[in-house]
Amino acid sequence: MSGVRQTVRYTEYHPRWYRTRVSTWWWLSRWPYLKFILREISSVFVAWFVVVLLLQIRALSRGPQAYAAFEHWLQIPVIVLLNLTAMFFVTFHAVTWFNLTPRAMVVRFGGKRVPDGLIVGTNYAAWAAVSVVLAWFLLRS
Amino acid sequence: MAKQSNEPILWALFSAGGVFAAFAIPVHLFLLGLAFPLGWIPAPGYEYLHGLFSSPLPRIYLFALCFLALFHWAHRFRYTLYDGLQIKHLNEVIFVCCYGGAIFGTVLAGYLLWNFH
Repeated sequence: MSGVRQTVRYTEYHPRWYRTRVSTWWWLSRWPYLKFILREISSVFVAWFVVVLLLQIRALSRGPQAYAAFEHWLQIPVIVLLNLTAMFFVTFHAVTWFNLTPRAMVVRFGGKRVPDGLIVGTNYAAWAAVSVVLAWFLLRS
Repeated sequence: MAKQSNEPILWALFSAGGVFAAFAIPVHLFLLGLAFPLGWIPAPGYEYLHGLFSSPLPRIYLFALCFLALFHWAHRFRYTLYDGLQIKHLNEVIFVCCYGGAIFGTVLAGYLLWNFH
């Protein structure tokens, strides 16, 4: 440490000042950017589903008449359209989420890294299994 | 900064909610939002659903789903607004609105499921 002398010279004008402003609509310029924003927007439809679920729980708790009204509400074209849009985004979320898991979680087995494809494949298989089990619970009646 | 130290737990909730939402929400939404209202699959009757939602395990499951999905939304939507719209001066407002919304929804879910009858 001793004996080393550094002469540091700072520029008087901060480089930050020369940055150009990025447009608010930067994410429209390229498909990967748009895909990123669409993936982020999927969260809004995740929240929308929770709203529908809470309405269902409330209606079920209030009685058969309230539940019939809730079922009727679900048949309104605007709500069906909204749910169709939500279905697209929620599926988009699931697919992008599963495809990213090998990046987020490195699994090793017997000293070797498990191939990405296998992790993704396992996720899709688990997705199918979970969906079947949940559907079975809801359709058993 | 308190906000900084909360980040890992908020990210963990986001991540857990992302997994939960990816596995569970598509099938739920498909049945409840499309297949039943459009008559593709006969909808389960009131009595059956009421019975199902009355048992403790499904209620715990529904609460976890609401709680984690909402915190997933809060985290992701917060960053969408930060990055997408570049409104840095509103960061605190966005933070409070997103997590406030998630907490409100979670409390509401807890209230509705706890008092379910």
